[in-house]
Amino acid sequence: MIALANTATGRDAAGALEPVVRPRLVSAITDALLVARRQLIHMRRIPMELVGYTAMPVMFVVLFRYVFAGAITVGGGVSYVNFLMAGIFVQSIAFSGPHTGITLAHDLQKGLIDRFRSLPMAPSAVLVGQTLADTFKAAISVVVMVGVGLAVGFRPGANLPEWLAAIGIMLLFTYAMSWLGATIALVVGTPESVDQILMTMLFPLTFASSAFVPVATMPGWLQGFTRHQPVSIVVNAVRALLLGQPVGNAGWQATVWCLAILLVAMPLALRLYHRTTSR
Amino acid sequence: MAEATPIIRAEGLVKRFGKTEALSGLDLVVEQGTVLGLLGPNGAGKSTLVNILTTLLEPDAGRAEVAGLDVVRQARRLRALIGLSGQYAAVDEHLTARENLEMFGRLYHLPAARARRRADELLEAFDLLDAADRPLRTYSGGMRRRLDLAAGIIIAPPVLFLDEPTTGLDPRSRLAMWDMIRRLVDGGTTLLLTTQYLDEADQLASRIAVIDHGRVIAEGAPDELKARIGGDRLELTVARDGDLAAAVRALQLHSRGDIQVEAERRAVTMPVDNGSGLLVTIVRGLDAAGVPIDDLALRRPTLDEVFLSLTGHAASSELAAPVEWAESTPAEEVA
Repeated sequence: MIALANTATGRDAAGALEPVVRPRLVSAITDALLVARRQLIHMRRIPMELVGYTAMPVMFVVLFRYVFAGAITVGGGVSYVNFLMAGIFVQSIAFSGPHTGITLAHDLQKGLIDRFRSLPMAPSAVLVGQTLADTFKAAISVVVMVGVGLAVGFRPGANLPEWLAAIGIMLLFTYAMSWLGATIALVVGTPESVDQILMTMLFPLTFASSAFVPVATMPGWLQGFTRHQPVSIVVNAVRALLLGQPVGNAGWQATVWCLAILLVAMPLALRLYHRTTSR
Repeated sequence: MAEATPIIRAEGLVKRFGKTEALSGLDLVVEQGTVLGLLGPNGAGKSTLVNILTTLLEPDAGRAEVAGLDVVRQARRLRALIGLSGQYAAVDEHLTARENLEMFGRLYHLPAARARRRADELLEAFDLLDAADRPLRTYSGGMRRRLDLAAGIIIAPPVLFLDEPTTGLDPRSRLAMWDMIRRLVDGGTTLLLTTQYLDEADQLASRIAVIDHGRVIAEGAPDELKARIGGDRLELTVARDGDLAAAVRALQLHSRGDIQVEAERRAVTMPVDNGSGLLVTIVRGLDAAGVPIDDLALRRPTLDEVFLSLTGHAASSELAAPVEWAESTPAEEVA
């Protein structure tokens, strides 16, 4: 008979099953990396997921570049494709919100989160690991889009520090949206409602923004909202950086917005996670 | 017996979800090295209790200790001492069985190499070695449950919780699961098992607690409990419609409770003691009375029959009044 349980013989035969004791912070990091690793294995097992995640933005690049570019003039000597790319990047990484939220809601429904919560792992690890993994996936899709953009005439004028700053803001924004998605998943619980809520939120936020057309072309009553909402501000910052133009206030404003979202969403999500069960 | 140490102790647990009270002052003690079967219908509070004892939920009132640790205040330390396997196969669909076990092992903070070896041991013990490197999408329901159980015992926990481990499984997978669970129990693990099936509790548990409306309404060794609910059930189907009355007359002598007649099925059901010994006598009696029969069977009472005997209402009935008298019949008196 194979000794499965906590008997002396079982332990002798199997070797001790003693846990390694690490400092809390180290354990929080290694646990989060284990969870992130799980998500990256998913990427290998279901490549279609990343394809789906990247295909829509790529389609947007091509459609906007060839369908709308002729009708849209953005002024300031900037070609539409150069104007467009920052908008597409930011729109696509904003969807890390639903991505994280739907994955988490699935795990909740399947009881997997119950199991994680019954383990002696760091309580923050599931959320930190998953949001990090989703940020990494979003980064890959941005790399693909840069490639497609370059192929259809995107000519960024950024120097190295500007590139780094643009990448930094995009990563921060992705991470913030990912935590927002996690929070909503922990509130509503099912993948379907996570999807609905975030789509209803993201479509107006990404389209009524400076992502695809200059705000000045919109009706006055809309401009007030469009100018000051976070997606526009992040788009403006990334766009100015990529085109090597002066960033103005957009840079710090975008950073503050992202940090503010994280400051609210992270503690809230961690609190909700601590109390959530699948039933 | 006097030296038995409680390893699970719950006192006056209350948990509310909105207006519904899932647990209303539940008390429970489980001795070390024993198997307690927690028997009850859907919504009786079984899963809520397991969730509280495994630190997933905090009670609104009352307290509970597992392995000497408070489930709320010492939750994190307690998690290193318990295993949980639920009614869902709580494993990652897209990972292989081996990857799942390794991941959970490392999240229990086993050293990487040890987690790998432990995964191998468990895959072999649970008969999953051949499928170990296939993603779980290709697994049958029974295989997933086995893997889920394996994940629950990675650290050979002193206390294991199994929440309806065979619900939804086909009979063959169910038997395989029982076999696995028996082997665990032989190893000395304390087990709290919830189930909706009396025969499952009967097969696996050394004590059974019946739970209804968030309270334990009866508790005892399986034999004690079965004695209280009137032993096994004898079910008889007569061949001809007109024979039912004659059959009841012939059976009356041997029944130890009410005889139930379902005319449309031509069926008679009654509680019996020492059922197998009676079968021959009953067949002879019916033969003498000139009553031909289609079918004769001896079976365990269903959950509904258990509840009917214990509480006077069926398990599934939501309209039934809460049971008051049960408090005055502690199981110890039966023992």
